[in-house]
Amino acid sequence: MTESVTTQSVVQEITNNLKNKPGALLPILHGIQDALGYIPAESVPEIAKSLSLSRAEVHGVISFYHYFRETPPGKNTVHLCRAESCQSMGGKKLEDYVKNKLGIDFHETTADGKFSLEPVYCLGNCACSPAMQIGKEIYGRVSAESFDETIKELGEIA
Amino acid sequence: MSIKIYVPSDSSSVSLGADKVAASIISEAKKRGIAIELIRNGSWGLYWLEPLVEVSTAQGRVGYGPVKPSDVTSLFDADFINGGTHALSLGLTQEIDYLKKQQRLTFARIGKTDPISLKDYVDNDGYRGLANALSLSQAEIVKAVTDSGLRGRGGAAFPTGIKWNTVLNTPSEQKYIICNADEGDSGTFSDRMVMEGDPFVLIEGMTIAGLAVGATQGYIYLRVEYPHAFEALNAAIDSAYKEDYLGENIKGSNKAFHLEVRLGAGAYVCGEETSLMESLEGKRGLVRFKPPLPAIKGLFGQPTVVNNVISLASVPIILDKGGEHYRDFGLGRSRGTLPIQLAGNIKHAGLIELAFGITLREILYDFGGGSATGRPIRAVQVGGPLGSYMPESQFDTPLDYEAFAAIWAVLGHGGIVVFDDTVDMAEMAKYSLEFCAIESCGKCTPCRIGSTRGYEVMDDIINGRDLDKNIPLLRDLCDTLLNGSLCALGGMTPYPVLSALNHFPEDFGINEKAGA
Ligand SMILES: Cc1cc2nc3c(=O)[nH]c(=O)nc-3n(C[C@H](O)[C@H](O)[C@H](O)COP(=O)(O)O)c2cc1C
Ligand code: SF4
Ligand code: FES
Repeated sequence: MTESVTTQSVVQEITNNLKNKPGALLPILHGIQDALGYIPAESVPEIAKSLSLSRAEVHGVISFYHYFRETPPGKNTVHLCRAESCQSMGGKKLEDYVKNKLGIDFHETTADGKFSLEPVYCLGNCACSPAMQIGKEIYGRVSAESFDETIKELGEIA
Repeated sequence: MSIKIYVPSDSSSVSLGADKVAASIISEAKKRGIAIELIRNGSWGLYWLEPLVEVSTAQGRVGYGPVKPSDVTSLFDADFINGGTHALSLGLTQEIDYLKKQQRLTFARIGKTDPISLKDYVDNDGYRGLANALSLSQAEIVKAVTDSGLRGRGGAAFPTGIKWNTVLNTPSEQKYIICNADEGDSGTFSDRMVMEGDPFVLIEGMTIAGLAVGATQGYIYLRVEYPHAFEALNAAIDSAYKEDYLGENIKGSNKAFHLEVRLGAGAYVCGEETSLMESLEGKRGLVRFKPPLPAIKGLFGQPTVVNNVISLASVPIILDKGGEHYRDFGLGRSRGTLPIQLAGNIKHAGLIELAFGITLREILYDFGGGSATGRPIRAVQVGGPLGSYMPESQFDTPLDYEAFAAIWAVLGHGGIVVFDDTVDMAEMAKYSLEFCAIESCGKCTPCRIGSTRGYEVMDDIINGRDLDKNIPLLRDLCDTLLNGSLCALGGMTPYPVLSALNHFPEDFGINEKAGA
């Protein structure tokens, strides 16, 4: 089976399962991103058709929300908190360190495809700042050393 | 009987290693042939002590913390399973000053119970509010909430009873209850703690709201950054359906209430109630013009209650103990308790639920113990990213909506972020404008364009360029945002910006202090 055939069947199945919910578009987009890591451009016509929306409308929604992405992410996406509480505990320094260590800026992916870096504005972990999230895992009181350790572990599995 | 050991499942505790600690305890107990029952409780909110492990003893629950996986062997060696003394001993958890001094109403069970055990919930006074509500008329339920003096904890502090009354009195075939669980404000985590630590209290509060106004469908709009809360809520909703606390016929009353969790997608503005409803309808989160009020024409055009997590989670105890009981806490027009979230550069960060009226200084020093770095506290931001920065001279302000408003500050959702004297307030002001530019929904020009322009002006100010021209320009831009924005994202970004400028002018390269 080619990759685009798989993509299409995944999109079709998710869309069919969810399209009758009131306000189905966000649940559908979440479903697709959970399954594929991003929302491929070729899924837009299928979603639009099943919800009787225009492609532009669907695309407008995808691009409005920071969380939805239209390109494949790296194996691990590091969501680094930029908000005030984390700043008060050295978040800006950590941000510089992380960018330097991974060799990428926000919204970029490392050349080996292992890590993407995204900013996030509070993870609700402000009592343990600075904080980051990788997948569903959340990390508190992150330091340069603990960051190194974490990505070393993840980099080896990836 | 096996020994009960508690290790929180709260995501902040997990972020500090609680899962690993729990796993080590299980394997060490097995190795030693000791029968234990390991319970994943909510967090008490004493985050500098997390992971906080507790053991049930005849005297009560004894605490140890902060525990690392490498401490587990020595804990067993010290016979902690019988409350033995160890370097990490904290004594009886309930006797820890930080906890003992609190007035926990909304957070009464959090830390104590297994969050997703319905039995634990019911055994600890859960669903008593619903039982009372089922014996009352709709108007009587609304009256109890009105009498309690409860004001919305999501930011705007609007009286909850009045909102419910409007929805009750707007006839419609279909009405909705929305729980605003977007908790986008930086420095806040009380909603998260409730959803992870006591999800049933929110479900019960929403069910009571549904009965009160005649709504049969509820949605929890949860930020996608909270995967642990998503799991806990869904597990709790499943059990509530199984035991008829949700569904077509709630506890044999012939009244229906259905509940579903929907995920946001990383847009701060979707915490604004009309943007949230657009998002739930599957659209871009553009803010709607008001009127019509959501209470009259809300989700899918129907009458809708939108309330914050803490507002709704405070309803069960109000219906259980009566509006007057809740109202007896607090002062002036700020009634009841506020779950304060103390965060940032502070030694004892955590959750502090107290009646309104305590001063910032008491929170920062008596509870917080001063800054984490040991340096002087220079500024605190209260009320999230749209709240004012407050200098030391304002630390005697009591936590009260009106007292804060009187000095152009914001109590909001009760988050307090602490900064020591290394903070650069001009950088903070610049960040606020950047945040507004990133999160603007784009519907109105002052917010969309003004925030980006303000960011550029701040850049010039930080580089010392043309202050005589740029400081007035910054003030002008803030005026335009204040007066010309449709919602508080644009309309309140001037709070952090101007408070930083007015209270800390030296960081902007100017000497004399100006009035607000
Ligand atoms: C930009 C913006 C973001 C907001 N974010 C939240 C939020 O994350 N959670 C919340 O409960 N209220 C938030 N609000 C306030 C809501 O619009 C609304 O007032 C609240 O949900 C009403 O519930 P309450 O009366 O129980 O506070 C936000 C408002 C604005 C303008
Ligand atoms: S102030 Fe900003 S976020 Fe609010 S409606 Fe206007 S453009 Fe949208
Ligand atoms: S500000 Fe970073 S987790 Fe809240």
